[in-house]
Amino acid sequence: MKSIVYVQTQGGKATKASLEAAAFAAHEGEALAIATGGLEGDGGLGAVGISSVLHCGDDLDFGQVARLVCAAFESENCDTVVMAHDHSGRAVAPRVSVRLEAGLLAGVTERPSGSTVRRNVFSGKATADVSVTTARRVITTTPNAFGIASTDGSQAAVKPFSADTGARRVHVVEAAQPASGDRAPLPEAELVVSAGRGMKGPENWGIIEDLADALGATTACSRPVSDIGWRPHHEHVGQTGIAIRPNLYIAVGISGAIQHLAGVNNSKVIVVINTDPEAPFFKAADYGIVGDAFEVVPKLTAAILALD
Amino acid sequence: MEFLVCISKSPDTTTKIGFTADGKSLDESGVQFIINPYDEWYALVRAIELVEKNGGSVTTVMVGEADCDPIIRKALAIGANKGIRVNAAPLDAAQVAGEIANVAKAGTYDAILCGKETIDHNSGVVPGMVAELLDLPLVTWVTSLEYDGDKPTMKRETVNGIETVTVDGPYVLSASKGMAEQRIPNMRGIMGARSKPLDVVEPCGSVAMTSVEAFALPPAKSGVKLVDADNPAELVRLLREEAKAI
Repeated sequence: MKSIVYVQTQGGKATKASLEAAAFAAHEGEALAIATGGLEGDGGLGAVGISSVLHCGDDLDFGQVARLVCAAFESENCDTVVMAHDHSGRAVAPRVSVRLEAGLLAGVTERPSGSTVRRNVFSGKATADVSVTTARRVITTTPNAFGIASTDGSQAAVKPFSADTGARRVHVVEAAQPASGDRAPLPEAELVVSAGRGMKGPENWGIIEDLADALGATTACSRPVSDIGWRPHHEHVGQTGIAIRPNLYIAVGISGAIQHLAGVNNSKVIVVINTDPEAPFFKAADYGIVGDAFEVVPKLTAAILALD
Repeated sequence: MEFLVCISKSPDTTTKIGFTADGKSLDESGVQFIINPYDEWYALVRAIELVEKNGGSVTTVMVGEADCDPIIRKALAIGANKGIRVNAAPLDAAQVAGEIANVAKAGTYDAILCGKETIDHNSGVVPGMVAELLDLPLVTWVTSLEYDGDKPTMKRETVNGIETVTVDGPYVLSASKGMAEQRIPNMRGIMGARSKPLDVVEPCGSVAMTSVEAFALPPAKSGVKLVDADNPAELVRLLREEAKAI
């Protein structure tokens, strides 16, 4: 497998999701990167096993990026394209798949086994082993599903790259304002504190925010809570919200309806805090506390802050 | 304004998923199928709202066999003007996108709206494939679609938050939560849906590029370890020492 990895950068460095994609590709064989945006040095890509980085500093929309990635793929004689299954990969990978006539394996969660890869389906209720019927393939990696190999300090060679990418057709009028402030974006977050109707009202979210702050976690919520406007839509995790797979998911006052579990049951460790010992969420949890969130959560926050 | 809205069927959100003995397909016994929520609640409803306000029409397109007709009738009951069904079993994203693009080419649409992903295969890649096949701009995970005359402005979800964008000319969009609110069809809509056109067209022969070898259910959790409510410090210890999660 010889891969070209499409890498998004932020502040000169490859994004965490892109680094995971790069490490995934490097683990499977020879891997080069095509990076867009500002790049400082090699953006941290050499350390995860990327041999060389092609860089295009132009301000491109994702349609143009797809053309750039395809040009890099052809010029380097690759057989596989790898990128993160995030907002950039969702826009770029399908276009690349069409242009290269390469089967697309989207949102992979485990390393390939022979020619098949595993991905989540039915919103996390099941997995599917999928293969391509084409010689070339495109793989997108689910954020936080793969670790980043320990950095060995290697540097990748960086060379400028450009291609005919056509005209920009999507224009940004107002750039993104980070929705979660200083916290990691929900799809990439390693620690998530989530709360539901058990909180009784939006004015009570302070203890959830405090717990999240103590952990350095991102906040999330259940569907009813976002539907009634207690919390913003982008915090809604579950089958019809965002599917996440953090290392730790703490659910406070969420009963655990099947639609909610679907979006979070790939979390590595699940903690449930609920007054109702019969809440279905306890069946999907690793650890649980049966108790009143308004008493338990502040104590839990204090216990975390007491750690050195 | 002419909208083409791509819909697909998916198991109801409350479905407990199971598979056939060979692990190759969903065990459909007792499964209720619905319009994929992202397609219905957001893409379809927003297109209908815009047509109600500004004029035009909403056509839905679906790749599926005759058992999908009730799903399409529901879209018509909610307010779509016309349904098109490509008479083929959906195989994968590439095949479905190829068939949708073929239908789109036969009409004149100002915009092609899709849900951000289906809740069965969850790839979210059909919109991008359709956009590439038709050489159109694509805006993914759109939470708001507004028009000023014939000029659309969208808000889209990125990893850094919400971004406001415009596009040149006809476009493809994938809809996320927030773009519209779910609409329950009323009796008049249901009655009216019966007489709305539902065209069945033969597939153009678009081919799949992936195949599912086997489905599986995730391993069950081994059981919850309960910690006393008065002793959250014990939970912190377990998370650090046993689970190594913090």
